[in-house]
Amino acid sequence: MKKLILTTAALALSAGMAMADTVRMGTEGAYPPYNFINDAGEIDGFERELGDEMCKRAGLTCEWVKNDWDSIIPNLVSGNYDTIIAGMSITDERDEVIDFTQNYQPPAASAYVAAAEGVDVTGGVVAAQTATIQAGHVAESGATLVEFATPEETIAAVRNGEADAVLADRDYLAPLVEESNGELIFIGDPVPLGGGVGMGLRESDGELRGKFDAAITSMKEDGSLNELLIKWFGEDTRTY
Amino acid sequence: MFSYCADPDTLGTFRWFSCYLTNGVHMSFYLSFIKVLALLAITAPVALAFGFAGAMSARSHVLPVSWLGKGYIAIVRGVPDIAFFLFFVIALDQAFEWTRHQILCPDWTDPIRQGNDFLVCSQAKLPLGTSPEWVHQTYGFFLAVVTFAIVFGAFAGNVLFGGMRAVPHAQLETAEAYGMSRRQTFWRILVPQMWVYALPGLSNLWMVLIKATPLLFLLGVEDIVYWARELGGTKTSKFTAYPHGDWRMWYFLFLLVFYLAFTRVSEIALERLMQKLSHGQATTGGEAQRKEAVA
Repeated sequence: MKKLILTTAALALSAGMAMADTVRMGTEGAYPPYNFINDAGEIDGFERELGDEMCKRAGLTCEWVKNDWDSIIPNLVSGNYDTIIAGMSITDERDEVIDFTQNYQPPAASAYVAAAEGVDVTGGVVAAQTATIQAGHVAESGATLVEFATPEETIAAVRNGEADAVLADRDYLAPLVEESNGELIFIGDPVPLGGGVGMGLRESDGELRGKFDAAITSMKEDGSLNELLIKWFGEDTRTY
Repeated sequence: MFSYCADPDTLGTFRWFSCYLTNGVHMSFYLSFIKVLALLAITAPVALAFGFAGAMSARSHVLPVSWLGKGYIAIVRGVPDIAFFLFFVIALDQAFEWTRHQILCPDWTDPIRQGNDFLVCSQAKLPLGTSPEWVHQTYGFFLAVVTFAIVFGAFAGNVLFGGMRAVPHAQLETAEAYGMSRRQTFWRILVPQMWVYALPGLSNLWMVLIKATPLLFLLGVEDIVYWARELGGTKTSKFTAYPHGDWRMWYFLFLLVFYLAFTRVSEIALERLMQKLSHGQATTGGEAQRKEAVA
């Protein structure tokens, strides 16, 4: 009897080994509606739904991992997870270190938010999250850039007057502005930045990148990606 | 948690908070307190062991061993903690994986380093890519314990080294005069007496260790400060049933109370330990105890 149990256990174990490798999906979990932690403590958002659907189509088992934005690229290249799916815009600088799939969100506008009308966004103090395309844009615009590790802190800096305005993805800012009772307002024109949002992978992981690329293509073709975009970003968002 | 939590918008303040504070994310927050306490409980003795080994080898009469001990203490104490935590952990993890790779996949021909990427065969991954999330979490926790133990062990090593030198030389000479070997003198005379000299320094280290736990998030372990920041951040009604403004101040206030209470409890415990260790020692503390007992 004992032997029988042991054999089954060994069988179950080896079956587990033979199973396809789990793909670990790294995300930040602090950038709604792209990715955030819901009330149950799970990762939720546009990218959660999209990622799960892509894994299903590519026939992969996926597991979600949370990581700080600051160290999200170093941890990918050292192999702690296999993909970055964290609202990351495709840029040339990042493309030198990691690879991207095709974009799964068309280039979306960034926007300035301030506490009052008439703020000079090219001469004043502007907040942005560290190592984002927005931070790069502010640095070039002539404004004084103050960087923060999390998006939450960039908004707090505008509220408490430390910064005159914040530059971030419009989709992230919109719900905050809506519910601020007029304390926060959009100023100036939206700024088109980056080459759209894509999934980041190690440069040596061409095979996995091919699978996700195919999954994105099929979601673009049957319109399910557009449905997701509209569900999470509203009717006005750019679709494919 | 409670049956009335289905629609929080309609609840009164008290019930709203009773639902809010017991939802899933808050449970993760409470769990992180246990994580931090467990880390401290495991790290402190391990770091002390590292320190003891460091101090012992620094005192050694065999030159290479002494260099090793002194080198460990000097190098680790000199490197900034944050650099150590960022660099050392990734290096340690890669060292483990590299070793496993050499043993498990000898036929692998591709280079391990390809540009920026660090690639080992999937059997050599630590933990295995197929393991469930809790294994990854535990592994991260283990790395954290090792890193904390090495860093704080170096400081503890220096404190213990000083403590050992502070034991009156006459005590050691007396032991030798009684015919004790070097080993016997060390374990029976020096070690029991040095703690009283080392304790003030060690208690300092303990306090610093308590406050260093937020470094955990650098290692991917979600600690209390991470959750306080995450939970306190502005939540809009689109993404949660419990929208609120920027409440980080209240969460951090709670952490402040927690840390203060914890350091206070530690102080009381260390004070008692000092009393106990001073008993019968040739120090002012021990002398005071002796006089009190006589009077």
